Amino acid sequence: MFEETAFLVPTSYYVVLSAVLFAIGMAGVLVRRNAILIFMSVELMLNAANLAFVAFSRAFLDQGGQVVVFFVMTVAAAEVAVGLALIVAIFRSKQSIDIDELHEMEG
Amino acid sequence: MDGLFSLIPLIVLFPFAGVVINAFFGRRLMPSRESVAPGVIASLLAGASFVIAVLMAIALLAHPQGAEVPFFTWFSITIGERTLYVPWTFKVDTLSTVMMLIVTGVGTLIHVYAIGYMQGDVEEQIRKRVLWGEEALDFKRRRYSRFFTYFNLFLGSMLVLVTANNYLMMFVGWELVGLCSYLLIGFWFDDPAAGLYNSGAGKKAFIVNRVGDFGMIVALMLIFWTFGTLQFDEVFARAECMQTAPQAECLHILPAAEMGEAAAAEGEHGEEVAHGAAGPLTTPIELGALAVPLGTVVTVITLLLLLGATGKSAQIPLFVWLPDAMAGPTPVSALIHAATMVTAGIYMITRSNVLFAMAPVSGTVVAVIGAATAFVAATIAVAQFDIKRVLAYSTISQLGFMVAAVGLGGYIAGIFHLATHAFFKALLFLSAGSVIHGMEHGHHHAEEHHGGHAAHGHEEAFDPQDMRNMGGLRERMPLTTWVYIIGALGLAGIPPLAGFWSKDEILLDASLNSTLVYVLLTAAAFFTAFYSARQVFMVFFGQGRTEAARHAVESGPVMTIPLMILAALVVIGGAMNLPFEGFHHLGRWLEQSVANAHIGGFNPTVAAISTVLALIAIAASYLLYGRKPLAEGEEDPLRTTGPVFTFLNRKWYWDELYGLIFVTPYNQIGEFLSEIVDWRFWHNFVHDSILTRGFNVFSDILNRPVDTGIVDGAVNGIGRLVYGSSYQLRRTQTGYVRNYALAVALGVVLLLGYIAWRFLT
Repeated sequence: MFEETAFLVPTSYYVVLSAVLFAIGMAGVLVRRNAILIFMSVELMLNAANLAFVAFSRAFLDQGGQVVVFFVMTVAAAEVAVGLALIVAIFRSKQSIDIDELHEMEG
Repeated sequence: MDGLFSLIPLIVLFPFAGVVINAFFGRRLMPSRESVAPGVIASLLAGASFVIAVLMAIALLAHPQGAEVPFFTWFSITIGERTLYVPWTFKVDTLSTVMMLIVTGVGTLIHVYAIGYMQGDVEEQIRKRVLWGEEALDFKRRRYSRFFTYFNLFLGSMLVLVTANNYLMMFVGWELVGLCSYLLIGFWFDDPAAGLYNSGAGKKAFIVNRVGDFGMIVALMLIFWTFGTLQFDEVFARAECMQTAPQAECLHILPAAEMGEAAAAEGEHGEEVAHGAAGPLTTPIELGALAVPLGTVVTVITLLLLLGATGKSAQIPLFVWLPDAMAGPTPVSALIHAATMVTAGIYMITRSNVLFAMAPVSGTVVAVIGAATAFVAATIAVAQFDIKRVLAYSTISQLGFMVAAVGLGGYIAGIFHLATHAFFKALLFLSAGSVIHGMEHGHHHAEEHHGGHAAHGHEEAFDPQDMRNMGGLRERMPLTTWVYIIGALGLAGIPPLAGFWSKDEILLDASLNSTLVYVLLTAAAFFTAFYSARQVFMVFFGQGRTEAARHAVESGPVMTIPLMILAALVVIGGAMNLPFEGFHHLGRWLEQSVANAHIGGFNPTVAAISTVLALIAIAASYLLYGRKPLAEGEEDPLRTTGPVFTFLNRKWYWDELYGLIFVTPYNQIGEFLSEIVDWRFWHNFVHDSILTRGFNVFSDILNRPVDTGIVDGAVNGIGRLVYGSSYQLRRTQTGYVRNYALAVALGVVLLLGYIAWRFLT
């Protein structure tokens, strides 16, 4: 029973963890100025979403959530490739990856 | 024979063709300054008109009743029961043909003379203006051809006047000659020295004539209102009719051709027709609401016609324009102011003899005005020094004789004198022109030879028309002298020259009808002889009083040949109407168209008195001017009469009187209207103060509050609003990714919050 209960972590824990991770990621995106750290925060948010998908997939015994997670991981991989390339390009032009220096588009 | 009558329109069309040719091509017809083509064309066409006039006279010999040749209908207006029908129809009868012969005959001679005269006159102007080469040629072309344009226009206009068959066409001619007179008197309106005077003289003639024309127009209206027509024959037929029948019955009477013949036949037998207006004419004539007796209406009409005649024929009180009209070139003076235009009044009265016979009061007024004019003008002429001015007053005086004659019913005497006067006055004027021409030549000659300051001093003062500058010209200009003496003797009325016979006939008519008129005319005849002789002695006898007179030269043949022809006419002209049985050619001839004509007689006493007086006058003149000619700079011996001479020299102060009565008040009124009413009131007050200021105030209101405040405010406000709001919106675009991310995050939170809230409630 214990094992069973110990084994059986309630879904709400996963969801809360996911929410906490997402919030941390979002805070990172909003407060950091280093492009790489922002990038990492974005990855954190993506993975928080993945965690929620997987948790609900297991809770509802539906494989669809896991499928979506695979897609998200694929897209995240592609995003990393493009995003790092952008950061390199930014660094080449500005000699810095501080995104606050990129505000030429202000009104 | 009708074929001959139908040629009559040509008499007018020939001169008008000349007008067109000279007006449009005259300049091109003159390749050089010596060219005289415009003058030759004008003279040939004038001559052609004379030929037509002669043909008319020949046709009349066979058909003495004459003809009316319709040319075209000018207009025809029907008002109620009356129709104003005005055709341009030519009336050929003995009266109009006599006028045509005089106008075209004398006119042609003057045209020929003008060919030479204007050649010199334009050259004189070129000299005055100091023109050279191309400029001088251009000036010559313009002015020489313009002169003959006007001259032919004048001739044609005068022929319109005398050939008209109704009062309105006659009035058209009447006005046209007035216009030509204005154009020709002011011909040298741009003369460097006398231009202002010349144009003023032209205006004076035009305005004074306008006063007379006003009378004519009113007379025409009254004639139409009374008789319902303006055609001569119909007017006269209806006038006869209304003497016995009511107006309404007579309004549609047409002159029967037989009636005309009957009247002519009656005229030969007795004198009844001569004073057909027996007894008071009481037939009522409707004039609006009034019914006026016929006699009164006709008297008013004839007095108004007389006013017209005093304007055109230069009678008291409207004669003042004629002396000033001498400002025109001399052929103009001869053609207009001696031979033709001024005779229009006498012609008109003669033409209207039926009406004048019905108004004895008017007849008396006409006669007295004529006699008074004859006397006044003759006395003025005695004290003038300008050779043309003497002739001008002489013309007025002689016209007075004619007017007096027609006023007394002596129509034949009047027309006879008109004809002989045309001969000798044209002759005198043209000779005077020849003298002036000679004097100008002499003046230039003297100037060239003496040169220097003397000539310069002369330049301002020298007047080639002043008789005091002449003298002794008979040696320099023998031909002119002889024709001038013939003309002067004709004017003075010395037998057997033409002037004697015609003047004597007038004096005889006067002696039979009115003592006052007779005395005035006889006195006028005395003065006429005196001033004629004075002029001849002063101009041609004695010694030259200036260098110009001593160097004067005779004029060329183109000028002297017309003079000789006219001189011959003066000598033999009397033969057309000698007062002896079987010699009344003109009288018999005119009887056929002038209903009230009567053949003149011969009274040896009257003739002897006038001849003796004329001889005494000439003798007196010889004593004063001939025996001891004026020396250089000497005063006129008549000056010894003091104020009398000044009074005459100043022309009885007529001009001053008119100046006082009309010109000065007119100028004052004009100045008042111009200075006070127009300038101060209209311009300064109404225009500047009210209109301009009001406009400014109103446009100020429109400008500042309305335009700047409301219209501009609205547009600028919208602009500012858009600008301000977009400025605020722009500030959200910071360019910092974090801000955008925060906005997205907040948006998501809001959306999720909203969904959660909806889900939970």
